[in-house]
Amino acid sequence: MRGPALAFVYPLSALAAVVLGVVDLQVLLSGGEAATRLPIGLPTIGFHLRLDTLSAFFGIVINGGVVAASLYGMGFDRVKELTPRVEPLFPLFAAAMNLVLIADDAYAFLFSWELMSLASWALVVARHTDPECRRAAHLYLVMAAIGTVALLFAFGGLAGPAGGYTFDTVRTHPPQPMVAALVLMAALVGCGSKGGLIPLHAWLPLAHPAAPSHVSALMSGVMTKVAIYGFVRIAFDLLGPPAWWWALPPIVLGAMTAVLGLLYAVLDRDLKRVLAYSTIENVGLIFVALGLALAFRANAQHAAAAVAMAAALLHVLNHSWFKSLLFLGAGAILHATGRRDLDGLGGLIHRMPRTAAFFLVGALAISALPPLNGFVSEWLLFQAVIAAPALPQAALHFASPAIGAMLALAAALAAACFVRVYGTAFLGRPRSAEAAGAHDVPLVQQAAMGGLAFLCILGGLMGSVLAAALAPVLDKLAGGALPGPGSGPTPFSLIAFDPARSIYDAPIIALFVAIASLTTLIVVHRLSERRTRRGPAWDCGFPDPSPATQYTASSFAQPLRRVYGAAAFAAQETVVMPPPGDIRPARFSVVVVDHLWRAFYAAPGRAVIGLSERLNVLQFLTIRRYLVLMFVTLVILLSIAAVTT
Amino acid sequence: MTRDLVVQFLAQGAQMAFVLLIAPLAVGVVRRVKARLMRRQGPPLLQAYRDLAKLLRKESVIAESASWLFRSAPYLIFALTWVAAALVPSFASGLMFNWAADVVALVALLGAARALLALAGMDVGTSFGGIGSSREMMIATLAEPAMMLIVLTLAIAAGTTRLAGVADFFIAEPFGVRVSLALSLISLVIVALAENARIPVDNPATHLELTMVHEAMVLEYSGRHLALIEAASHLKLVLYLSLLICLFAPFGMAPATAGLSGWAIGLVAWIAKLLAGAVLLGVWEVSIAKMRVFRLPDFVGVAFVFGFIAILLAFLTRGVFA
Repeated sequence: MRGPALAFVYPLSALAAVVLGVVDLQVLLSGGEAATRLPIGLPTIGFHLRLDTLSAFFGIVINGGVVAASLYGMGFDRVKELTPRVEPLFPLFAAAMNLVLIADDAYAFLFSWELMSLASWALVVARHTDPECRRAAHLYLVMAAIGTVALLFAFGGLAGPAGGYTFDTVRTHPPQPMVAALVLMAALVGCGSKGGLIPLHAWLPLAHPAAPSHVSALMSGVMTKVAIYGFVRIAFDLLGPPAWWWALPPIVLGAMTAVLGLLYAVLDRDLKRVLAYSTIENVGLIFVALGLALAFRANAQHAAAAVAMAAALLHVLNHSWFKSLLFLGAGAILHATGRRDLDGLGGLIHRMPRTAAFFLVGALAISALPPLNGFVSEWLLFQAVIAAPALPQAALHFASPAIGAMLALAAALAAACFVRVYGTAFLGRPRSAEAAGAHDVPLVQQAAMGGLAFLCILGGLMGSVLAAALAPVLDKLAGGALPGPGSGPTPFSLIAFDPARSIYDAPIIALFVAIASLTTLIVVHRLSERRTRRGPAWDCGFPDPSPATQYTASSFAQPLRRVYGAAAFAAQETVVMPPPGDIRPARFSVVVVDHLWRAFYAAPGRAVIGLSERLNVLQFLTIRRYLVLMFVTLVILLSIAAVTT
Repeated sequence: MTRDLVVQFLAQGAQMAFVLLIAPLAVGVVRRVKARLMRRQGPPLLQAYRDLAKLLRKESVIAESASWLFRSAPYLIFALTWVAAALVPSFASGLMFNWAADVVALVALLGAARALLALAGMDVGTSFGGIGSSREMMIATLAEPAMMLIVLTLAIAAGTTRLAGVADFFIAEPFGVRVSLALSLISLVIVALAENARIPVDNPATHLELTMVHEAMVLEYSGRHLALIEAASHLKLVLYLSLLICLFAPFGMAPATAGLSGWAIGLVAWIAKLLAGAVLLGVWEVSIAKMRVFRLPDFVGVAFVFGFIAILLAFLTRGVFA
């Protein structure tokens, strides 16, 4: 296929995603359900499909992301930017994600899951000439395989000895408590590895940035949500009534993921990798919310379970919007400057004004600042944490303040991280010739970002409306719902529990801030000297024209590295200052150790290689020895059989 | 009903006006107390008002590399802080709109103002702006977890995160000495010192030193923009003082149902407590030296530890271990 033929991929994908999204929306709002069985797949099972409200909600999330990414793709240059390595796989990837959501038996689920993994893997490896990309793709493939194996165990456990692989059969025959706990852990590994739960996260910050930017947006903004969907489907729908302690692994791992993900993000200098690490953080937040929902549901505190579940689902939706927006913005920067190292950017707000404005909305939204959408889900999550001391189990009591503090730390770190990203990439003065000569992207790509930015603002103001639309899903998964829009002081009040307890009314606050800032603007302009003069920067009287005198991303991170890095990464700074009279330059170096990589990746990797080198001997034996080995094996197996029977 | 609504609206408007008008006075009191304790004459009490008026009259000089964000940030920062300050119950607990944001949302509103200020600090592209922004965000990462623990303790005690609800609870239920609340108070005081860039976290009187945080961020501002930033930081001081008063010394505050006479008493009590708080802050500031930036984790860490112990004690008093 040549460029012109490939150019149809994006308009068609966008159209298909719009149609699917409308269908999903209709199902979610009407609360209906549709199921079918295709005569393909395994002989006795077939291929069951079902669209219920949960699938429909996640379908809206996914198709929204696909529409934005397709719009962005429509802005590509037909001759230079379209390649047969990316464009044909894009709709396949999008379709596979949709298929996972509507799968209604274990085979269909795993088949679509693998299709999704492989399609995204092929998109990661599209720039295969780059060794970094190849390394990322290799790691991704290994981790995806581990995740699928875990899911295979999970579904095996769900199906039980009778082998009921359709979800309907599983629902009517939930597994025994011990088996259910094992299934939950396997699901946590399987879905957690796709979503980037620590310590299964290492592939994500390598693979997501390696793909083309609009695919990165899909992988980070949307594919991680499919992983969340898998966990929600298994833990809340298929497994039957939860035990309270099931909540602990998702809560503890989620909170660790949230904080560590951001500490990684704050120290990284690659724009797209920072965004990928922040995805890990957000997945962590969602898992905390899901864990809390499990705990509340196990104790039959349905109102609190609904708050936690609403926090999780709204964060799924919100994160898909702002993370897609930010990745598309990173793509625009990459397109305009050819760079993604933060320390080579700067001043883009002057040269890419629209991208800069949209990116600012995304950056503030992901930092959970009101009145944008990120804060709506964050607020609900905090309300759920605040309700956790009411749980009867002591372990959850002690966990609740720790979790609350970690979430607050994550929120503050997120703000620091995105002030750093925005401040170095868009503000200040350009640090390279490329950044100085940047230009804004085509109109349709701006529209893709602008649409997502609009959704971030709208979702922030209309959080209560979104929460109300989720009512059927909440009712099904948590056994309760948030108080309806009629019970608060205004129709747009978001209420946790009841109006006397906690209200957040974004439109009222936004209105007050708008009135206050407009009044201030008018009054100050009336009262004050209106003249404005442009001059050189003051900078305490010694402005230096060199852009190298600005704060960089690395220098911005230095206080955070000193405060948190020593504990988390054994970060060490060394300054070598030559004595006076010596003309050698002074040297500064930082050593950062990734403990997680060492413990969970490098060490097992070395073990596997060491073991295979030992076993390599087996490849060069004489035929006699092979015969002996076979004979010994046979004897051992027979004796085992004799003993057990 | 309509008359009620009008009164409520006027009350909310009055609160917005009060916090705005009294904020520079509180700052003046702090400065005056510090000066007198250092045996200096000190500026007149109304100097902060004159400074603002002077700044408004001056023309604004903006760096060539500044963008629209630099010019619009002061208005937004001022508006966000003003709205946040008006949402803290001051002289009456149940005003018109202070249900709209609970304490979690209030902290986040201030977070939004802080993020905008930090962005504005990086906009011109100087080393001082960057140093201020990065340290400000680092201090925020230390203060916010402690703040969350305080919120959690209060929510356990009062069963709500609405400030008015918490204040009503403490007015209705005069508490004896509760250790967990005392620890929360210490914790909140430390957080307030950190958030307001006061000694020992930052020195508001310093300028052109490598240790400065807040002043470094706003170094490029002048004229009306600087006036707005200064007014916002005054408002923030009043906000935190009001928050401490509302949560830990709410006596005298008019309950939701009080009439105009209750509001008058509440107003007098609030202003008295606010000025007392300002005096205490002045005394505190002359009795301690500013800390090095990297000693701050220890100082704000105290707030975190106290907040944590407070929660565990709150669990104990509620008998959840039984």
